[in-house]
Amino acid sequence: MTPAYDAIILGAGIVGAACAMELAQAGMRVAIVEPGVIGGGATGAGMGHIVVMDDSPAQLALTHHSQQLWDALAPKLPAAVEYETTGTIWVATHSREMEEVARKQALYTAHGIPVRTLDTAALLREEPNLRPGLAGGLLVPSDAVLYPPSAADYLLQHALQSGATIIPHAATHAAEGKVRLDSGGTIAALRIINALGASAASITPGLPVHPRKGHLVITDRAPGFARRQLVELGYVRSAGSGTTDCVAFNVQPRKTGQVLIGSSRQYNAISNSIDYDILQRMLQQARAYIPALDHLSVIRTWTGFRAATPDKLPLIGPHHADPTLYLATGHEGLGITTALATGRLLRAILTGTNPFIPIEPYLPARSFTPQPENAHA
Amino acid sequence: MCNAHTHNYDVLILGGGPAGIAAASAAAAPHTSVAIVDENPTLGGQIWRNSFAADVSDPAAHWYQRIQHSPITRLHDLRVFHAPSPGTLQAEAGNGLHTLHYKKLILATGARERFLPFPGWTLPNIMGAGALQNMVKSGLPITGKRIVIAGSGPLLIVVAAYLKKHHARVICICEQAPLRQLLPFAKGVITNTEKLSQALQYRLQLLTVPYRAGWWPAIARGQSQLETITVTDGARRYIIPCDYLACGFHLVPNIELPSLLGCSQSNGFVKVDTTQQTSIPGIYAAGEITGIGGLEKSILEGTIAGYSATGQSTAAQQLSAARSKSLRFASAMQRAFALRPELRRLPAPSTLVCRCEDVPHSHLVSHSSWRSAKLHTRCGMGSCQGRVCGTATEFLYGWPSESVRPPILPVRLQTLAQAEDPASQELSTAI
Repeated sequence: MTPAYDAIILGAGIVGAACAMELAQAGMRVAIVEPGVIGGGATGAGMGHIVVMDDSPAQLALTHHSQQLWDALAPKLPAAVEYETTGTIWVATHSREMEEVARKQALYTAHGIPVRTLDTAALLREEPNLRPGLAGGLLVPSDAVLYPPSAADYLLQHALQSGATIIPHAATHAAEGKVRLDSGGTIAALRIINALGASAASITPGLPVHPRKGHLVITDRAPGFARRQLVELGYVRSAGSGTTDCVAFNVQPRKTGQVLIGSSRQYNAISNSIDYDILQRMLQQARAYIPALDHLSVIRTWTGFRAATPDKLPLIGPHHADPTLYLATGHEGLGITTALATGRLLRAILTGTNPFIPIEPYLPARSFTPQPENAHA
Repeated sequence: MCNAHTHNYDVLILGGGPAGIAAASAAAAPHTSVAIVDENPTLGGQIWRNSFAADVSDPAAHWYQRIQHSPITRLHDLRVFHAPSPGTLQAEAGNGLHTLHYKKLILATGARERFLPFPGWTLPNIMGAGALQNMVKSGLPITGKRIVIAGSGPLLIVVAAYLKKHHARVICICEQAPLRQLLPFAKGVITNTEKLSQALQYRLQLLTVPYRAGWWPAIARGQSQLETITVTDGARRYIIPCDYLACGFHLVPNIELPSLLGCSQSNGFVKVDTTQQTSIPGIYAAGEITGIGGLEKSILEGTIAGYSATGQSTAAQQLSAARSKSLRFASAMQRAFALRPELRRLPAPSTLVCRCEDVPHSHLVSHSSWRSAKLHTRCGMGSCQGRVCGTATEFLYGWPSESVRPPILPVRLQTLAQAEDPASQELSTAI
């Protein structure tokens, strides 16, 4: 059977959509298998924060590059994407957290990322609703926010304009160049790209990708309440502890004037229902930084599942065992930020061109140690 | 810091309309604590709003006196937004969070008007039929104003009678249901003596108001506010100059709280057994949320629910024949005022369907589900939480509504955040 497609992408979240756009624009015959809503998974549940993070050098390289790609794309994005270069303020509560501000300031500056250190007074001038007495913070002006489902849709529409097609079914099995659909049919491709986010392991068993549940809260419109995305400097610490449920202060002004409030991370949560105690802890954390939040009206709460990997880096590239299978998943809380870079990297891998940043840290092979034949018996 | 209030009741009734008031009356007994919770500052619900204070000859006054002399706690201005665990509800009031514990719960949350979009429907001076009535009750001067009443359901007639009594010029009532669909219901109505008197009363008052069955609103026009409404029967069109359009397409049940509690539903209404108990033991439902049936059905079901919740099963059973009759009436009404398919074609591409988020019809038609439309257009994502447009999109595009999540009403962040476990208190004071 001659494969009908050069690449079948599983999942039309923002990562799948970015991969589809890049591969279709490279001239490949692309199909996207998506039974549901475009961006209906973690993409639709997420905040839409384009943020440079420095938990590891590889994370910094990927997020920084992708932030630059978004910045270059911004003038072309339709209004529905609500792209706004709000910047991020990493908020320091104590003077010892200002040491972390200094470290981050030096690192970002060394990488050519403009930043500005804020003292107590400067922080309050930037964001008058923060409580008085915070030590300061680091402003990263080039970070941005956007509305992720519309961004995914924009990327997907570009893929379709370059000849890609959508197959509105769910994949039940995908390996060795063949994708079986829940409609009963099978489609063939030279390559399959698993971009199923937190559920990637349901189609590709053994992937070190696990769902990490998060909660978000959105308020009614309160224009001007906050100007920047505000994140506690302890966020990396909170986000990265690896085993215990945690919350962190993370507040985002939406272009609509609404305020989006996060964040939480839970490990062994399966149900998508609201965990009230986690939600309350999250809100307590937020109002401890911004007491004026108390008077805003909450209109919706929801949850979503991030695709987490043990080393907090995504899996981008060939599967270790199946030569037709590629992965583009495991982006955890950075899928929106790093979607564009992921698409570019995958395109470089599949077309044999030079990637613009070293690919090795993201290759899935790092996660798979050779195991005896009978290990899975 | 915490303005937490805790209440414990044997029987908690949600909704202070006729069903809730009747339920409270039936449940009231020595050694039984009964409370009615309502969002409004006074009891009465939609239909009896302001009736108690205004007019002692109103039938509502009888019920008001009954509960006034019963040991019933009335909790006004309390908005229930969450059901954190079985036997517990959380509500918000002006003074903060209220936690309500109950042994038995009676849901009598009533119904609201259904609004359907047509070109111009968002112009000022177009409002729901019940909404216009409430504004007149609250003091809107209406004498001599030209009013067209359009949409569907018996409420249109009730409102027309009320407005005429207050010296408005009611030009006509346009009922979308065709006469052949209404006739079996009309015949059913006059076999019921109490309803006969009601119907006659209205007919007398309305003697000079034309009732046009099979007509519906097509286009509203005006510069800064409503000036004309075009009505049609599908073939003919009339342009009628007017000051107000009172327009509602029958009623839809307030199903959010029963949904949050997990009560089973059928065709969008709460399922109950002959004792008015829902699929969840100890939770009862009465009135419009079990099927749109009007005042008598609400009072009857409320009474049965009140009896059942307090173990007065004999008294409840004595009403079973009347209950069967009112259910037949409700299903006849449902058939009579079923919406005609032409109404799906009313919105123009630019007609707003979601008023909170300004989403036009043209942005919605290409979506395949409510979730897709919500995510990509924000339809239903505003502060009304889809209560207005959700019922419209269900009819227009056939999208079933989604499961509900707390808070089911907008609630102050402080209220939602109020912690119960000490761990979270420590966390917030740690920084």
